[in-house]
This record gives sequence, structure tokens and C-alpha cells, in this order.
Amino acid sequence: MVSRTTSSGPPRGGRKRYWLPAAAVVALACGLLAGCGGGAAGSSDKSITLYSGQHPQTTQALVNAFEKKTGIDVNIRPNDEDTLADQIMTEGSHSPADVFFTENTPPLEHLQELGLLSPVAPATLAHTPAKYNSPQGDWVGVSARVSVLIYNPALIPASQLPTRVLQLAEPKYHGKLAIAPQETDFQPIVTSVLHADGKTAALSWLKSIKANAAGHIYPDNETIASQVNSGRAAFGIINQYYWYRLRAEIGAGKIHSNIAHFAPHDPGYVINVSGAAVLKSSKNQAAAQKFLAFLVSKQGQEIIANPAKSISFEYPIASGVTTMAPEMPLAQLRPYPITFGELGDGTTAIALMREAGLL
Amino acid sequence: MAAPPALATSGPLPQEPRGTGAPAARKARTPVALIAASAAVAALLALPLLFLLIEARGAGTSTVTRLVFRGLTRELLWNTVRLTIVVTFLCAVIGTAAAWCVERTQLPGRRIWAVLVVVPLAIPDFVVSFGWASLWNWVQGFQGAVVVMTLAVYPLVYLPVAASLRAADPGQEEVARSLGTGRLRTFFRITLRQARGAILGGCLLVALVLLAEYGAFEILGYQTFTTEIFTEFSVSFSLATACALSLVLVVLSLIVLAGEGLLRGKGRVSRSGALAARRLPPHRLGRATIPVLAGFALLTLLALGVPVGASIYWIFAGGAHSLDGISLPGATWQTALYGGGAGLIDTVLALPVALLAVRYPGWARNFLERSTYLVLAMPGVVIAFALSYFTERYADSFLYQSTPMLILCYAIMFFPLALVGVKASLARAPASLDEVARSLGQGRLAVLLRVTLRLAGPGLAAAFCLVFLSVVTELTATLILIPTGVQTLATQFWVYEQNVSYGQAAPFALVMIAVAAVPSYVLGRFFDRSAHAQR
Repeated sequence: MVSRTTSSGPPRGGRKRYWLPAAAVVALACGLLAGCGGGAAGSSDKSITLYSGQHPQTTQALVNAFEKKTGIDVNIRPNDEDTLADQIMTEGSHSPADVFFTENTPPLEHLQELGLLSPVAPATLAHTPAKYNSPQGDWVGVSARVSVLIYNPALIPASQLPTRVLQLAEPKYHGKLAIAPQETDFQPIVTSVLHADGKTAALSWLKSIKANAAGHIYPDNETIASQVNSGRAAFGIINQYYWYRLRAEIGAGKIHSNIAHFAPHDPGYVINVSGAAVLKSSKNQAAAQKFLAFLVSKQGQEIIANPAKSISFEYPIASGVTTMAPEMPLAQLRPYPITFGELGDGTTAIALMREAGLL
Repeated sequence: MAAPPALATSGPLPQEPRGTGAPAARKARTPVALIAASAAVAALLALPLLFLLIEARGAGTSTVTRLVFRGLTRELLWNTVRLTIVVTFLCAVIGTAAAWCVERTQLPGRRIWAVLVVVPLAIPDFVVSFGWASLWNWVQGFQGAVVVMTLAVYPLVYLPVAASLRAADPGQEEVARSLGTGRLRTFFRITLRQARGAILGGCLLVALVLLAEYGAFEILGYQTFTTEIFTEFSVSFSLATACALSLVLVVLSLIVLAGEGLLRGKGRVSRSGALAARRLPPHRLGRATIPVLAGFALLTLLALGVPVGASIYWIFAGGAHSLDGISLPGATWQTALYGGGAGLIDTVLALPVALLAVRYPGWARNFLERSTYLVLAMPGVVIAFALSYFTERYADSFLYQSTPMLILCYAIMFFPLALVGVKASLARAPASLDEVARSLGQGRLAVLLRVTLRLAGPGLAAAFCLVFLSVVTELTATLILIPTGVQTLATQFWVYEQNVSYGQAAPFALVMIAVAAVPSYVLGRFFDRSAHAQR
């Protein structure tokens, strides 16, 4: 190999122009790796890893307060909560996650069924009313939301809105309804309808709302909220806090929509709970349990209660804290009576939605 | 390839010191190291497919058939196929026309256009869709998807075609013109034919990338197989069914690959030597200057202006939420690190595979090379989960969620982009030059470094840039494999966008575009310099 030393050639093409950056990248990669490895290896309950499907600002506000209070570092790993659940299953006993914090209960229920969660400390469970916790005790309820209709009064007056979820199937709403069937918030409504009216009725209901929502089937609740607000759809089903968040983001002056509740105890009137759990594979059980305890403590709940701090607009549900947002208090809500055990992990609802061609 | 007769007849030869052996005996033999290296690369790239097969088997035949043959599948298939055909065709036309104007005409400001035309590749598709969808109501469904995707991916055709036009032998055009062939005929019969491999390669990339696209279609409300796979991942907690559906994508990409193979045929374009790539006097545009300039301005306005404009609008229109702990420079650095790392690895990995395919063709070797394209049509989530699965099972989760693992994931995802660039330029470096160098007593490695790579230079740079630009916008695999606590520009944009904090998301989109402009610019300058050096 005579040639390596020749450096007088034209600059183009030669491999050597890559050596320097390559070396730099490798060195940096090693540095980063060492850094990360060090952090993860220190399992002396000084830091925990949080897989979070919750809204980042809410999570961030809670984590900041927790770190300040306990000195335990929390590494947040945000992603779609169902993807995170898949990831935890794939990672198995090697999962780097200590705590899993979700917006909805189905992923937690699913992991619980697989036996991947540790029991939550009884003292922590006691902060939250039992109806908002896992019946089995492997996850704790942290905050709640309620399903509502968002509507644009310029396109549909409040008097013409359905008050019962089954009415969404009526032909008069064709071209007016917007839904986000992929959203985890939507499945509980389907499960409720299934629970209330049985499989046949639920299936034909789903088929009709699919037809009614043609052209307005959106990927998420944020899209429904903004599309209805801008007049591209007349009304849709969301969880109440998306409307409040939209209002906070774009300003009350640009809000051309409103929200309406379903009739009391209608199957469409569903409370969704955000919850948290400790992974059985976690090597930082004590610190992880501390984080759960903090979430439902008075301090944690007050952060959720205050939209100025957490931009959450969810209902706090533990430690007797009530919301500071200008909305109907949690105690006045009249949801359909269904337990989280009955809501389960949503697989029956998904199978039905698939049969109706919505998924 | 059979053993050369010299070896066959003379029995086992004594081991000769390297570099002194008879060149004639070695010329015909494919270097074992090259085959081994290529096979290793192909094996690495087959991991995601292996994962799909393992998982899909776990789902059971009845589940898989029920999923694949339900009513929705026909709709998804139709949506996927018609979009792929229309967008690929539009990209071929726009990419080739733009490349020809920039490389072969006296287009005013061509250096600037050369950069502006490439940058749209680095704007995340979800930003493009968002920009369009927030401006006009009709940008939805099929027509929306056609507009948005064409504007987002046409550089995948532009880049290889521009590189190939740079390197093509202009002598053939001169000859054709001197024989009285008209300009148009020369363009279609000579120029296009010389660039055919690059055009087809670009189209192949476009088609495969479309198959795997998710973010844009989600915003535009357009359902394809990939959006359905994401739904499966996100609602059903069933990796198995998601993987079973992904196999349909694999079948579709096999069809695309076969189609491209048929179109490519056996035509081989070569040129007489490195010096033949001197620059032709560029075509004068004359009266066409204004319309052509207007076309470039329009393309830039649509592909770049709309998303940039929407981002700037959101900076001012958005609310004042804030998340702390996020640094724009930090995210920019991470993004550049990952992009650079994956770009380098892919450029290096693509070399043996490209060399083998170009210099020592044969059906088994071609199959090996073609198999590496499949990953491009697989959603990023699938590839990330595959790595997660294999490290958990067989490596005790070693390096899981570390920087090297993430870079490896990117390298796997975008390998075909690098391969196309490297292959196109190697195809133009005549093997005879290598042989001459070898006959002058140069070792194999020396020939590779001094002759082959030098000829393939522009292609290597294009390969690096393509991978880099793609990494900048990657989101779904990143979210799964990125070291916890680290943010890239794309993940941070996503966090804000998820939060409806468009005002905060917008600067990250703008920086992504700026970061992408750097390699695009370097690439443009690099081409220019090599052209001048060859003049």
C-alpha cells in the first residue's frame, strides 16, 4: 500500500476527507455513551426513568416539583402511550422504565394483565378515590377528563346537538360529525355503548357514525378541536380539556366554538382517567413509588389543578384538591356508570371498530 | 464466477506476497473480502424483515389472513398504489427537469437554485402538510397527499440525476449534435438515456419512501398501509398484527423493485475515462430564461415558502406556553451528530455492496444488493422495534437506547439512499481504469482509494447528504431508541406540536430547515469545484 501518503490529489472523492469527521463522531459517540451509561448504572434511587404518554407540559411541571422536593432526578421519555406500552413489552425484564405515566387506563390495564406492573403502595392508592384506581391495585389514578361535544355555533346551533351518543348515528348529522377513532379517548365511549346496548346495536351505531363522519375522520382530538373551531367541521367528540387547551394556545378571541355535555348517565358521557404505575422490572422501586406518591399528593394535585402551572385543564382527583379552571366541577359530572375493570384494555372495542371499518 | 484457468491448471499455487502476483490471474476473480463485506451488510439490513417474520408467525395464520383480507385492505391498497404512481411520476419529471436546468444550462443564479431545490427534502413531511393544510382547505385526502408528497420528496430524484449529469460523458452529446441531431432529440436520446439509471434509482427511492410515509398522511387524513400499521401499533398493543400488516408493505416494495429492475434493463452507460467529464459549454436558455426562472421560483415558493411561511406565522400567532430544559442549540447538535454519524456509516457500508453490484454482477449478487432496498419501505417504528427485540433477546439489551444504537438504526433505515448515490457514480467510473492501475502494481486498497473513490466522489457526497437530510426529519424510530432525556429537533418539534404549542414548535422547524441547508450548500459547491477542476 504505497499510496496512502499521497495527499496532493484533488480534494474530491478521496476517502481521507472523511477520516477526521468520522473520528470526531466516533469519539463523541463514545463520550455520549459513557455519559448515558453512567447515568443509568447509578441505580442508587437517585434517578428514575419515566415513560410518559401524558402531555409534556403537565409532566414537566410535575417532574420539576418532584425533583426539587426529593432530589431524585427524573429522565422523561415522551412518546405515544400505546407505543410505549408496546415498547415495555418488547423490552421485557430489561426495560429501562421505572414509572409509566399515561393519559388513559387501557395501556396500564394491559400491562397489568401481563403481570408487568408492581403493586402500588397502599398509602398512595388511598389518596385517590377507589373508583379512579385499578381494581387490582397495580396503577393509581392521577387526573381525569370527561368526554364532551365540541361544536361551532355558526354551523350547528346548540339546540340541534345530540344529547345522547346513539343520536350521533342519525342521518341528519351526515357531513357534520367529526371523530378521531384512533385516539385512546374514543375507545372507552365504544366500550360504554357496547356495555349499555350490546354488540349488534354498537356495531350498527359505529357503521352509521363512520358514514356520518366521512371526510371528518381525524387522527387526534387536537385536530378535531381546531377543525371545528375553524369551521371545517360542525361538531365532534373530544375530551373537554382539548377545547380549553386550544383556547389557551390561540387566545379566547379566536375561539369560535363551544362545548356541550351529553345527557346525564348517557354512555357517551365517560370519564377518562390518567394513571401511573411502577414497572415490576424497575431496579429503583423505592424512588419510583415515591414519584407515584408525589403525583397524588396535595402538592402534585395542585399543580394539575392550576392551568397556569401545568397547562393541563384536567381534573385533579386525589387528596381533595379541586380544579381551578373555569369549568363544571368534577363532583357535578354525571358520567355513565362503568368501572375501569369493565373498560379494560379496549380490545373488544377495537375488534368492533375494525369490524365497522373504522380502524 | 468460475476459477480462472491459470489457477485451475497449475494446481495449488504457493502463497505469493501481495502486490507481486500476476495481475491477469487476479483480474477475473471477485475479491472474497468484498463478498464477505456485502453479505454482512445485507445480513444487517435483513434484521427488520426477520423480526417481521418472527412476530407475524406469533400472530397466527388466521389472525393474519383476517387482517390482510378484510374490506379495508382493498381501500388501503388502492390509496397506496395510486398515490405511489402519481407522485413518483411527478417527482421524476420535476427532479429531472430541475437537475438538467441546474447542471446543463446557463440558468442565472444556478448555485443558489442548486441549494434551494434540495432543501425541501429536509423539511419534515408533517411540517409541510401542516403548512399546506393550515392555508387551504382543499389540501386534504388524495390531492393533498399528491401535492405535499411531491414537493417533499422530488429532491430524491433531483440529487442522483444532478450527480449523474455532472459525471456523464458529454462527448456523446457533442457527437449527436455534430451529426445534426436536434436539441430535443439529443436531450431525449442521449442525455436522458445517460441519466436513466439515476432517474430510475431516484424513482425507486421515492416509491419506497412513499410506502413508509406516515406523518404527512396522518395530518392530511389520507389512509395508506403505513397509517394503518401505526394505528395497529397504537391501539391494539399487538406487535404481532402490526408486523403481519407490515409484510404487505414488504410485498408491495418487492413489486416496486421488480418493476424498476424491468425498466432498467441491461443498458450500461460508461465513459472513456475520468477526464471525459469535462464540462460542456452550458446550453443557453435564451428566451426560455424567464419562464424557467419563474418555474424555479414557483417550485421554491411551494416547496419551501409554504412551510417556512407557516412556521414564521406560527411563531407570531402562537400562544406563550413554555417548557423548560429544552435548548435549541443542544437539539441542533444532537441532530447533526446523528445525521453525520449515520451518513458516514451508510456511505462506507454502501461501498462494498455497490462495488459488488456494479463491477461483478451476477444474479446472486444483484439479489443481495436489491434485498437491501426493502428496509426503505418499512416504517421506522418497525425497524426500531426490531433492534429493540434483538438486543433484548440476544445481547442483554447492550447499548439499548444509546447513541450508537440510534445511529445504527438510522443507518439501517436509510441505507438504500446511500446505495443509490454510490452505485450511480461507481457505474460511471470505468472498471478499465482500475485494471490499469492494478496492472501498474497498485494494491487493491490503493486502487479503491486512489482511483475508484475519487471517481465516485460526487456520488459519495450525495449519498452522505441524502442520509443526513433524512435523519434530520426522522421521528418515530427516534422516539423509541433515542437516549432518554436527549432531544433532536424533530422530537422537540413533535413534543410542542402534540401540545398544540405551534408557536414554540415553529422555531425548531425553521432550524431543521437551516441545518439541512448546510449539506445542500456544501453539496452544490462540491459539485461546482469538481467540475471546474475537470475543465
